[in-house]
Amino acid sequence: MVYDNPDDVKIGLEVHVQLNKLKTKLFCGCSTDYHNSDPNSHVCPVCLGLPGSLPVINERAVEFAIKIGLALNCSIVEQTQFHRKNYYYPDLPKGFQTTQYDYPIAGNGKIVIEGEDGERVIRITRAHMEEDPGRLQHIGNIERSKGTLINYNRSGMALIEIVSEPDMRSPKEARRYLDKLRSILDYLDVFNGDLEGAMRVDANVSVFNGQRVEVKNISSFKGAERALLYEIMRQKNHIRRGGTITMETRHFDEARGVTLSMRTKEEEHDYRYFPEPDLVPLRVADRVPEVIKTLPELPDAKKERFMKEYNIADMHARALTIEIKVANFYEEVVSKVDPKVAAVWVADILKGELNYRDLTIDAFRVEDIVDVMELVIANSITEQSGVEIIRTVLDHGGKPQDIINKKGLLKVEDNIVAKAVEEAIAQNPEAVADYRAGKEKSLNFIVGKVMQKTKGRADAREARERLIEKLKE
Amino acid sequence: MITKEEVEHVGWLARIDISDDESYAYAQKLNSVLDYFGQLDEVDTEDVPPTYHVADIVNVFREDKVQDSMPQEEVLANTEHKHDGNFKAPRII
Repeated sequence: MVYDNPDDVKIGLEVHVQLNKLKTKLFCGCSTDYHNSDPNSHVCPVCLGLPGSLPVINERAVEFAIKIGLALNCSIVEQTQFHRKNYYYPDLPKGFQTTQYDYPIAGNGKIVIEGEDGERVIRITRAHMEEDPGRLQHIGNIERSKGTLINYNRSGMALIEIVSEPDMRSPKEARRYLDKLRSILDYLDVFNGDLEGAMRVDANVSVFNGQRVEVKNISSFKGAERALLYEIMRQKNHIRRGGTITMETRHFDEARGVTLSMRTKEEEHDYRYFPEPDLVPLRVADRVPEVIKTLPELPDAKKERFMKEYNIADMHARALTIEIKVANFYEEVVSKVDPKVAAVWVADILKGELNYRDLTIDAFRVEDIVDVMELVIANSITEQSGVEIIRTVLDHGGKPQDIINKKGLLKVEDNIVAKAVEEAIAQNPEAVADYRAGKEKSLNFIVGKVMQKTKGRADAREARERLIEKLKE
Repeated sequence: MITKEEVEHVGWLARIDISDDESYAYAQKLNSVLDYFGQLDEVDTEDVPPTYHVADIVNVFREDKVQDSMPQEEVLANTEHKHDGNFKAPRII
């Protein structure tokens, strides 16, 4: 089935990724560990823009940038340098943002996403380095605010801005692109996506080949999908009523789920980009071979390997490799349990329960899922009970064995013991005959068989009584 | 040629109030500066790559090692407008 994109929707995304796994900011030695700290406690003359201060670039930030570029299948530029992007706003203490302009560190890349109709290539225009501005906060609500508070702890944090071509045709594809990007960045271990503001999205969207509208202030992936759904609807309605779409920047109001026109008078040429004289050019091409060596197995490659090595379905391999943590979790599990069964339990059941609760794989222990699976495989508990155990662990904590005891999930064990008793009798006619002939000791042998079949989970005395009962028949 | 309107626009970009007289005077001054630099246009730069930095050096790096930040009091020492450790600015949309 081919997706025909009835409204000719085109979406391009600009994603700002904060390299918060660096120890220090982009141009100064201030610590990046400012979350939960007092405002303006992680700043220095450089990130405060005090006169006379001079930036020096963080070498590791450049390595991270190259790493990201390579993972996005970009080519890395021979030589690059920084520019000043001038605009006057209190989040920028210097009055300009230090960023890259005509020579971004990486460009011409692509990533593959699961599109509306199968795999789809999304082209990456460029990925460039820049500094994060400070954080503004309104006193009270935005409409009746008495002032703005400025915290420069974030100022100067290293960002990579990843710009895509308008290759996405629906909010769903945009969401998939963001998920894939997040996945790759997680694998690269360059940022902690759970920290506030670690990934921020601006979207460009047009319909029916019209002008594009930029939507800013999107703070989450869910938000991106909602903002795009709204914006596409708005543009279509506007056109249906005879209007035309003009190029503009709109602000996404997350609480109301709408986009609002921002009416800025600033345009691209108003930024008056010029080369940053305080930073010398970077010649980075010769670093690429070294960085390539540090690249981990990326999601697509891992997916392929999982399919081959564990003989699991495409769908499962994909679900298991989106998050590096889940992939590692699965690989620990398959060292103990059958990979195909493990794929179902981890990818379908456990992940489903985690998503439902908005939890990550960290909320579950490898040994617990292994316990649950082994019990199900041994027929000691039903699959339904297995699911119930997982739910209970997630909602109330505890170990599977305790939950089984407490909830009486071993009720099923009765059947197993009964079944084992029957099997033991059927499979050991000689011992049965001996016992019936009065050889008491033969009973011990049959009890042993029952214990073997139940993997020791049956109560030996109970097994004995059941056998005696059964052999009376 | 820089017009009075352009001066006013740049003034707005920098959030500086410029009076009518001033914008006229600035336009004149800026034009004379541009004229002066205009002499550079006469030089043939056909085969010269753009200079991004006057010093002929590349790759000046800093190790990713934490250095002390400033104490908050010192950070806020130069402003009268503060609130709970933050700088305070007028309401901004």
